[in-house]
Amino acid sequence: MAFKLNVNGRSTTVDVAADTPLLWVLRDVLNLHGTKYGCGIGQCRACTVHLNGRAVPSCQTPISAAANQNITTLEGLSADGTHPVQLAWQEIDVPQCGYCQAGQMMSAAALLAKTPRPSDKDIDSAMNGNLCRCGTYLRIRQAIHKAAEITANASAKTVQTAAVK
Amino acid sequence: MKTMRIDRRSFLKVSALGGGGAVLALYVKPAMAQFGPAAPPVATNYIKIASDGVVTIMAKNPDLGQGVKTMLPMIIADELDADWKTVKVEQADFDDTKYAGQIAGGSTATPTNWTPMRQVGAAGRAMLITAAAQTWNVPESECSTAAGKVFHKSSNRSLGYGELASKFASVKLPDLNSLKLKDPSEYKIIGTTQPGRDVHDIVTAKPIFAIDIVRPGMLYACFEKCGVFGGKVKSANLDDIKKMPGVRDAFIVTRPDITDAVLPGDPGLENGIAIVADTWWQAQTARKKLQVTWDEGPRASQSSVEHAQKADEMSKQAPQRTIRADGDAEGALKTAAKVVEGAYSYPHISHAPLEPQNCTAEYKNGKCEMWTNSQIPGNARRLAAEALGIQQSDVTVHMIHGGGGFGRRLTNDYAVEAAYISKQVGAPVKLLWSREDDMAHDYYRPGGFQYLKAGLDNSGKIVAWRNHFISYGEGERFASAAAMGPTEFPQRFIQNYALVTSVQPLGIRTGSLRAPSSNAFAFVIQSFIDELAHAAGKDPVAFRLELLSAPPPPAPAAAPAGRGGRGGFAAPGMNADRMKGVVQLVAEKSGWGKTKLPKGTAMGVAFHFSHQGYFAEVAEVKVESGTKVKVNKVWVAADIGRQIINPGAAENLAQGAIIDGMSELMDQEITVDKGHVVQSNYHQHKLVRMAQAPPAIEIHWLKSDNNPTGLGEPSLPPILPAIANAIFSATGKRVRSLPISKSGFSWA
Repeated sequence: MAFKLNVNGRSTTVDVAADTPLLWVLRDVLNLHGTKYGCGIGQCRACTVHLNGRAVPSCQTPISAAANQNITTLEGLSADGTHPVQLAWQEIDVPQCGYCQAGQMMSAAALLAKTPRPSDKDIDSAMNGNLCRCGTYLRIRQAIHKAAEITANASAKTVQTAAVK
Repeated sequence: MKTMRIDRRSFLKVSALGGGGAVLALYVKPAMAQFGPAAPPVATNYIKIASDGVVTIMAKNPDLGQGVKTMLPMIIADELDADWKTVKVEQADFDDTKYAGQIAGGSTATPTNWTPMRQVGAAGRAMLITAAAQTWNVPESECSTAAGKVFHKSSNRSLGYGELASKFASVKLPDLNSLKLKDPSEYKIIGTTQPGRDVHDIVTAKPIFAIDIVRPGMLYACFEKCGVFGGKVKSANLDDIKKMPGVRDAFIVTRPDITDAVLPGDPGLENGIAIVADTWWQAQTARKKLQVTWDEGPRASQSSVEHAQKADEMSKQAPQRTIRADGDAEGALKTAAKVVEGAYSYPHISHAPLEPQNCTAEYKNGKCEMWTNSQIPGNARRLAAEALGIQQSDVTVHMIHGGGGFGRRLTNDYAVEAAYISKQVGAPVKLLWSREDDMAHDYYRPGGFQYLKAGLDNSGKIVAWRNHFISYGEGERFASAAAMGPTEFPQRFIQNYALVTSVQPLGIRTGSLRAPSSNAFAFVIQSFIDELAHAAGKDPVAFRLELLSAPPPPAPAAAPAGRGGRGGFAAPGMNADRMKGVVQLVAEKSGWGKTKLPKGTAMGVAFHFSHQGYFAEVAEVKVESGTKVKVNKVWVAADIGRQIINPGAAENLAQGAIIDGMSELMDQEITVDKGHVVQSNYHQHKLVRMAQAPPAIEIHWLKSDNNPTGLGEPSLPPILPAIANAIFSATGKRVRSLPISKSGFSWA
């Protein structure tokens, strides 16, 4: 079956069975390998992507439910690593093995879009679905605060620039 | 194992599968020789200098998140006086003509490579000085180096390493023993925090993991195995499967039976059904329609319930044999002022690294190329060559970044399957196991049972210790990673010490999990020592320090070659003073005995020596309603020598070990029923989540004048008993069985 997809701002059409999870379309049809398979049952959320801005496990999202919607993957945050979440993850040097981090970063980006200055409690509840087998949670938490700070500083600068103008 | 071609070297490699890092810890000297660089390292195999000045350093070991791809090149770069900011790091393939000891296991990367990697860097630097001195026609002794340049100060000249590139390649390699290595005060890179070399690729979604490999014309495969180890296909509806959408082939793989009661460490190809399709989802979809009649074989009758019943029976009988007897434990127990008993147990658990097992293989014209995240890529090559009927020299193994390993990828079953399937279908194949495959076919951390009995004298000193260790195996052979050695702590700290054992057969595969044996033994030993401290009415820290001061521990005897001694406390033995140092440090940093804590909140302490590392840990734990556990904070004190090579990464790894250990403590358990593993995925084999992680984990390094050793494994074991001991202090409940969720506890 043909499905029209909008992934990272680009339109494309794929021909797959309707029950194929979005995860496997991204990985094996579109060759977007950032989104990771860990459990296939929505337990680890290494496969987290944004569906219309909402963080969802792509292993639990059949392609039929993702068609014609806005899908963002880690590749779509930025190609050069300049999204605040990517900058913060690098500065804090969060990963060990790094396998879960795509999902962690997508959950974090969705959280920050809604809650620009999250508390530890906000972070715990937004991130509790994402497993990290290496146990980098302390750094993930730190990096989310850092990303919030980077965004706040950037917008403060924008405001200042606007005021000067 | 008997059928393998065995030379001295592969014997040791095979042993590593059995005892994992613990074997390395035991046979330190031979292990260093065999797992570390065996031949003198050749600088030009590690260092490439381009004429544009780019210095490339090869990362020789598999990296699955331990950070060796950054850490080992840092050592070379420092001695080379390269500019780390511009150094390129390149992952080496498996190549035993250039590199030795290309494994990830036993926390050995640091101790085995510390000197050779410094020698590589120093040799490179000496060669660059020779090249510059020849260019300038000045004595080498007048030249110096810094940040990628050679200087001749008196004539105010300098040459960048790139300008010396062509000469560098032709300069004679120096004698390694003639090289002067840096004094630690001269380090510019070693000892500084450097971000992981893969972090940018990770955050920008580059396809760096094995699961991301794509080859032209590649097909995808899954491999269905019998839920009972060794089970064979009697019949299957392969004709139906072959008609499913996208399916290119489906076929049965049959291997000779493994009849040994002690299962081999890495048996290579196994029985099963391969399904090959255009996409993995199509292969998996077809697999759901698979109807197989299995011959489950003799292992289908076993169950965890029966294993526990049998262990209980064995505990009441005379042990099958004695591993160690010092003094007269039985006699001393009879005359002791107080006798304490504890029956401890721990289950099998699964490694469950987040990246499921996978490998891409391409067999063509009698040669095979493999892309794998194996922890022992040399074994992947050997086993693939055996399964394909070709020479090892015709197999190329690319070492790909792994999404966690924890010991699971010490074994190469999935890699061999990929190679075999590629040959059968005549195309490049990516084999990917589902999470369920991984949990059903792991090399599990073996469970076990320990029946402890100890005697205290009137002063509260331990005068007798007897452990009936009930494990898995047959006769004098233990199942892989299921052994306890004659030097297990507290041997040599207690005069009357008896370690006796009984074993029963186990029909599931077992193997090394991060800190093998130690991850379970520390829980048992340090919990029981805590029981003794309370029975003696003594402070748990003071009691431990007294035990470590017990006079005078004799020098540890060399363990007999070839058997036993796989415990964490193996030769060359724990240095009691170093351990006392970290116990004192962790007590000081945590404010042990000085902090007034609210009711229901308490601290617990534990220490453990493994993989040459000294770790003492304190956990502050709050227990709500008697069962809801919150770990408020953890303090770690560690002595792994004089140098922490990459402090930021070391801290990350140690903090992760605490969280990993918490998962093992609370929830993880693999049980067997009718020969099948019951648990299938993370919902039944849980990991600690963000909200359950302690808000703070402090790591303190006690730098002693010893060569640096590893930390990925030894940082883990003490946290289980530290938390369990804190729970006891907070609630009065002593938990002797893992996971503690079975005793009604859960995370708050």
